[in-house]
Amino acid sequence: MDWKKFRNPQLIADILQLLQSHQQPLRLMEVCGTHTMAIGHWGIRKLLPATISLISGPGCPVCVTPTSLIDALIELKSVTIATFGDLIRVPGNYGSLELARARGLQVKVIYSPLEALELAEKREVILVGIGFETTIPGMAQTLIEARRRNLKNFSLLPAFKTIPPALRALLKENDVQIDGFLLPGHVSVIIGLESYRFMTQEFGIGGIITGFEPLDIVTAIYHLALQQENSPRIENEYRRCVSDRGNRIARDLMEQVLEVQDAPWRGLGWIPGSGLGIRAEFAEFDASRKYGITLAAGNDPPGCRCGDVLKGKIIPPECPLFARVCQPENPIGPCMVSSEGSCAAYYKYEQ
Amino acid sequence: MNNKDDIITLGHGSGAGLTRKLISNIFSETFNLPSLEDAVQIEHRLAVTTDAHVIKPLFFPGGDIGKLSITGTINDLAMKGAIPRYILCSFIIEEGLPLDLLRKIVKSMQTTAVAARVAIIAGDTKVVEIGQADGLYITTTGIGEIPEQVELNTGNIKPGDKIIVNGTLGDHTIAIINQRESLGLEPAPVSDCAALNELVQMMIRAGKIRFLRDATRGGVATILNEINAETGLGIVIQESDLPVQESTRAVCELLGLDPLYMANEGKLLAVVAPDCEFLLEKMRNHPLGKKSVIIGRVTEQERKVYLKTEIGGLRPLPLLASDPLPRIC
Repeated sequence: MDWKKFRNPQLIADILQLLQSHQQPLRLMEVCGTHTMAIGHWGIRKLLPATISLISGPGCPVCVTPTSLIDALIELKSVTIATFGDLIRVPGNYGSLELARARGLQVKVIYSPLEALELAEKREVILVGIGFETTIPGMAQTLIEARRRNLKNFSLLPAFKTIPPALRALLKENDVQIDGFLLPGHVSVIIGLESYRFMTQEFGIGGIITGFEPLDIVTAIYHLALQQENSPRIENEYRRCVSDRGNRIARDLMEQVLEVQDAPWRGLGWIPGSGLGIRAEFAEFDASRKYGITLAAGNDPPGCRCGDVLKGKIIPPECPLFARVCQPENPIGPCMVSSEGSCAAYYKYEQ
Repeated sequence: MNNKDDIITLGHGSGAGLTRKLISNIFSETFNLPSLEDAVQIEHRLAVTTDAHVIKPLFFPGGDIGKLSITGTINDLAMKGAIPRYILCSFIIEEGLPLDLLRKIVKSMQTTAVAARVAIIAGDTKVVEIGQADGLYITTTGIGEIPEQVELNTGNIKPGDKIIVNGTLGDHTIAIINQRESLGLEPAPVSDCAALNELVQMMIRAGKIRFLRDATRGGVATILNEINAETGLGIVIQESDLPVQESTRAVCELLGLDPLYMANEGKLLAVVAPDCEFLLEKMRNHPLGKKSVIIGRVTEQERKVYLKTEIGGLRPLPLLASDPLPRIC
């Protein structure tokens, strides 16, 4: 595929030109952290007419991981913690994993969950199971592989989150003003367009599944603007990757190993049916059973408004701590930590 | 509970904001250092520098810790316009390191030094218990001679100056990540590890150079921010002009990394006078400068460092606090 056409400056300029005629205020939420980053990366926000504002949503897995997970991991002794990189700077109540590593905790940054299995050949390993539908199938596959290899010193701490229940919880809030959604590309590859139908059916709000190239993003914004004049719908701009029903094999994998649970979201609290735990058949690999870990929603640090940022109620500069106290090198709230967090993206790209 | 500033974390070694803070708050303050540059001029026309090398893996496509320990120090000298003459080296060796491996690394140091016309003249060796070091650490100290009339520093930089790099960005980091994390890229990306002294002397002869810096830890973006902090001048980089290999671009997009912040070991950033066509042509005729290109300009119109994106958006290119972390999805 000639991906360069998705960055064609002329095509993008043409669509931006069409958007200039949009007079009504339009508040759109990009659900996914990778969209937030792409919007910042390409400088898209400043190219849009002043009437259109983009608000970042709850779609950064690191940002919505509760403090209690970090605290529980730091308590562990003589276990190697295998995690994706962006989790290590998330502050818990007793500091971050990065700081704990400097004090002697075994923390290994991995790029693929299967690396955790290699580590477990030699030592006791916990794989930190954070992520949305994009990463979860790979984690499920890792558990199946662990069983095949008959590993005894490997477990996974499930703190997975799923997107549709979070969107439902968000839409149920009374004071959230959103006119339409840019729906996540990667997550939708797995779950498919059908998973979002409830948004129009129950809440009368539209959304567009879109990719991460600048042309994808401005096209989706344009279509959402058109929806305001017509009727809200769920549309798929990302047909080159996303189908109506998603990736069946990946979903079967998740189904085989994991089961739906309620889950605590940092800043949002408990959301019914928004998590995935490990099924009893795979209990031997469940770190929450093995080490007796239970996760709580917890509170944000005093003054931190990550919860309101994640719900799109405020933009990061409206938080009193933003950039003054809370900075990437010393993050107070989770949205400043991950490169995909809205606050980190604003700090890096929009100041 | 200690707060985050109370102990050293890996972030302090990233070459980015935390490293700067560490150097200014602990070292510069105590030692009364006048500047934070890698190499300094002492006495009449002498430049000295020192550099510790702790790379894992010890061998990687395009180089090894031995070659790197020589090129790194040569490049620090070269960026002051100095002609590197002598190198001293000290080794911290972990018990258990195979002698064959050490021999190979030392040989690689000598080959690199000879090719760059530098003499390795003295050194020191310490062996530590198994587990106390990661195979081998090498610290090299270099001494060079700055030719008459060569004064490269940020004080020379003026609005309208151009920013040049001598080739593709991020190659070293991608080569290391690929090997260290077994990403399995085919063909395996090769580090750009190279001594730049010959290229630099040729550039100085061609003229128009205001300032040079090798774009190691922290990458091009970190240097641009240092220039901005020291001169107060704005810088605008043109994304469409950035030389980045397709494979690097792909890996970066996948892992959420940015070539502008990635370490290089054979790339320099030059700030040059606006009429630099002759210099650019000369650079492109050198084997280490074939892909030299203007990536941006110095301007009074802006106050910070910005990137003009391929689609025309303008976004800040700030100093990062620490290494960018590979992302989850």
